Amino acid sequence: MYLIAPRLFLILAMVVIPLVMPSIYHKRLICLLFIYALLAISFDFLTNYVGLVCLGGALFMGVGGYIAGSLNAMLGLPAVLTIIVATLGGAAICTILLLPCLPLRGIYFAIVTLVYPLLLGRIIEATRILGGTDGMPGLSTYPSPWVDLYLVIGVTAFLLFGLRRLVNEDIGLVFRGIKDNDQTVTACGVNITAYRTRAVYIASAIGCFAGAYLCHLYGWVGLSFFALDFSIIPIAAAIVGGMGTLVGPLLGSAIIVPLSEILRAFGGLRIVFYALILILFIAFRPEGLMNYFQRKYAQFEHWIEV
Amino acid sequence: MDVLVYGLVNSAILALMAVGFTLVYGISRLANFAHGALYVLTGFVTWIFLRTLGLNYALAILAALFITAMIGALIYHAFLVRVRSLEASEIIGSFAVGLVIMEALRWRGFIGHGFAIPKFVKGTLSIGWVMVDLQRIIIIGIGLLIVICLWLFTHYTKIGLALRAIAQDEQAAMMLGMDSDRMATISLAVGSALAGVAAVVILPLGNLTVESGYQVLIYAVAVCIVGGLGSWPGAVVAAFLLGYAQILTDKFGGSHYQAVVAMAAIIITLILRPSGLFGKQKELEERV
Repeated sequence: MYLIAPRLFLILAMVVIPLVMPSIYHKRLICLLFIYALLAISFDFLTNYVGLVCLGGALFMGVGGYIAGSLNAMLGLPAVLTIIVATLGGAAICTILLLPCLPLRGIYFAIVTLVYPLLLGRIIEATRILGGTDGMPGLSTYPSPWVDLYLVIGVTAFLLFGLRRLVNEDIGLVFRGIKDNDQTVTACGVNITAYRTRAVYIASAIGCFAGAYLCHLYGWVGLSFFALDFSIIPIAAAIVGGMGTLVGPLLGSAIIVPLSEILRAFGGLRIVFYALILILFIAFRPEGLMNYFQRKYAQFEHWIEV
Repeated sequence: MDVLVYGLVNSAILALMAVGFTLVYGISRLANFAHGALYVLTGFVTWIFLRTLGLNYALAILAALFITAMIGALIYHAFLVRVRSLEASEIIGSFAVGLVIMEALRWRGFIGHGFAIPKFVKGTLSIGWVMVDLQRIIIIGIGLLIVICLWLFTHYTKIGLALRAIAQDEQAAMMLGMDSDRMATISLAVGSALAGVAAVVILPLGNLTVESGYQVLIYAVAVCIVGGLGSWPGAVVAAFLLGYAQILTDKFGGSHYQAVVAMAAIIITLILRPSGLFGKQKELEERV
């Protein structure tokens, strides 16, 4: 019970929250919250379990969204198919794009992931392919609000528990080893580039799913999929929620995304707020909320019947 | 001929943008992702001094440079010092600082194309049969001056020598009584001021926009990676390579592809020679 209670609470909360939301606007908000949570989980996984700092959630988002959108608009494939193709294919594309900086240590991965979304956005703007600056409207949407809500919630729950399993398996051990000391892992005869490639594939598949899902939610895909919001808000969510816990990013985006809706009146100042929150947490509370809660929870006494 | 001249100008621009970034990274191993934001900030501060306070142009520039240098020092002293050597936090943190600066500027209403700072000297000069306006000549001159001054500064002054010592071997330098944090503060202040110099020299050519901050960051990073992170001669050579490459693509392709050139240069460098053209001694460190 001691171990099950928090997990059960999480699942129950995820199932119940959409039911109590009064209007379609709030349901959309919940969808957005889980999209940011997916990106934040992918960021958390890459940063804290593989040691690659990724500043480009927007890259995954944009690639996934544009693949799903163009398949739907040009070939007329149904949403079920486009999401699957965009998740798997988009992740492959992102991994190939990021492959050159995977053998390297240091800041290269951060730089390259930061630059790609800006660059791809610029290319689409310049060459006017894939709808240019207007994007591609009129994509097919989900049959009912319940489908889109529970689709994204189901995927998030699956990922939370799946990734938790993954990082405790053998491959997760290698990932964490690469983060802590890459030279030792190399000395053990493990090809770290190959393992990093797998990790980036997993993380970008999560991000590409979020992009593909969002483009069918809005029925539109455009340049704003490459916007900086998708890079910075997930990072803020992961740091506020607690890095390295995987569930922390979900908690963080449950705080940050509604906050951003409240702050919508401030317009551009919102990003200033996120960035300030980010700075304050990094400097003064680097462990984040979830690590704190976990520590406090572990301090409760509990009895086991023998 | 015009390719030759404008390539030279473009190379000088790139070198000016990159030299601050490479200085900070070379000394304190700190990737300053706020570099582009500081560049934009200096431009707007100069504009504010000029237009709303009505200061003398030269005075406005000096004041703006001073403010930028102080902000750079403050960023390190108040914030980055707390997360020193935590790589993920350093990157995300300096990136967030840059975002705060740029978005705050945008929020204050600095949007659109209505902002420009005047050229130093009006007029044009013809080299052969190419007309070049004097501002571009000034850019080349100041680019040269900065590179020479930096070389003199790091080779002949006490602080400069201490900065190089920290860059080469931090622990040995600390044993000899050099304060690593103080040096990093100085390097960030100087690096920010260099970003500011680049801004006040280059920005008169066009309009002030907040978005150009990202572009400057990308170009600076591209030049630094091609030249080898933290290597100054490398940065200068890479600025020439990229400068001419950009002008050539501009001539035969279109100006949209200038940013693509920078990105392609980063990727090609990472594939072929990850430590860059001149980053030899750090090769082992960067390729695992």
